[in-house]
Amino acid sequence: MSDDTPYEGLNEDSDDHRWAFGTGFTDPLQGIDTTVPAGLDAETLATYCLMLGDDALIYSHRLQQWMTRMPELEEETALANIALDLLGQARMLLARAAGIEGTTEDALAYFREEREYRNVRLVERLDEDFAELVGRLLIFSSWRLALFDKLAESRDPVLSAIAAKSVKELTYHRDYAAQWVVRLGDGTELSRKKMQAALETIWPLVDELFQTSLDPSIEPLLDRGEVDIVLDTVFATSTLDRPTLPAGAAVAGRTGRDGVHTEALGYVLTELQAIARQYPDAQW
Amino acid sequence: MVSAYEVAATVPDPELPMLTLHDLGILRDVSEDGDTVIATITPTYSGCPAMREISADVQHRLHAAGFAKVTVRMQLAPAWSSDWITAAGRRKLATAGIAPPSAVAPRTRPIPLTLGQRPAVACPRCGSPRTTRTAAFSATACKSLHRCDACCEPFEQVKAI
Repeated sequence: MSDDTPYEGLNEDSDDHRWAFGTGFTDPLQGIDTTVPAGLDAETLATYCLMLGDDALIYSHRLQQWMTRMPELEEETALANIALDLLGQARMLLARAAGIEGTTEDALAYFREEREYRNVRLVERLDEDFAELVGRLLIFSSWRLALFDKLAESRDPVLSAIAAKSVKELTYHRDYAAQWVVRLGDGTELSRKKMQAALETIWPLVDELFQTSLDPSIEPLLDRGEVDIVLDTVFATSTLDRPTLPAGAAVAGRTGRDGVHTEALGYVLTELQAIARQYPDAQW
Repeated sequence: MVSAYEVAATVPDPELPMLTLHDLGILRDVSEDGDTVIATITPTYSGCPAMREISADVQHRLHAAGFAKVTVRMQLAPAWSSDWITAAGRRKLATAGIAPPSAVAPRTRPIPLTLGQRPAVACPRCGSPRTTRTAAFSATACKSLHRCDACCEPFEQVKAI
């Protein structure tokens, strides 16, 4: 390949070589030892990876829906990069779950029904405005960063590696969101009002992030206080009030982690899965 | 004959073609198992869409250099750090108008939140320290966007991670 004409590379190796056109998504865990360590329940590990992968997949899709709608080009590229990081995390986590369950990453992403998705309900929502976008991103990334920092010491070496890698990315996501929340909260009367309203809207869905249901040797217990310190720092700097709303209702005690979702998830999946379901034999 | 490591190490990165895989620090290992060359690479960011291209380039270059059987493997741990960009790599970035990354701060717990401005980056064109970060993310996940207040040119920096 000649280094001064990068496009030439696209024609080499014929049709096997066209990443620029979106083809050739190989296994993101290719060549990695995926043996489940002795003493860990493989089924539980797969379920947990599915939960964390679904959070990232669905939220990445919601963030991608902002593309072409952001107020400035810089914010658009920022959000595209955050969505891409989460999509990368989702791919590795779904591949981890798929490897254990004897299926594929694509089958999990494109051919499951709503009730089979295990994401929290927070990630399904369609943002009403920019304030809600940055408020939700602050809460999601603060929680996920604290959790993944713990998971970097997971007994499963694959989950531990994915978490340690993601921590670096999530640190940037959290800073980005926090700086916007401060700018809006400590901005004009109108921006503060909208930012506060956005927090009130999201707040009932925050509790669900901290509910655990699996074996603690796989799903660690996260100290909510650790996340609250970060959020309270941002709220204090932005002159915003921490909402006091109670947690949103569960359905007979079940929430997103049990496959019970809000109506919003159906709209995400319809868009996310449409092409794969129309052309089930397509290769990409 | 050039060693398999040297062949893989000199493959250019598709997004930052002024850097080789060795310069970028993403080539972790090249070993030989019988007649098969095993090259191990690591992604810079989880969603990096260039991994597939890099993997194909490594295979192609090694084939062209006479290594018939090649396997490319991924390695996730330890996670890639911008500190692994070599001194030569940093010079090449600066020459191309991209500010090299600053040193990664030692990891602390809990991970500190950054609400204020990060320290200004020297302009890779004119060297002025009077610069402003205009965006935390740029055209690729691994770079941020800045503007020089002295020469008024925009520039990118490879982010410290």
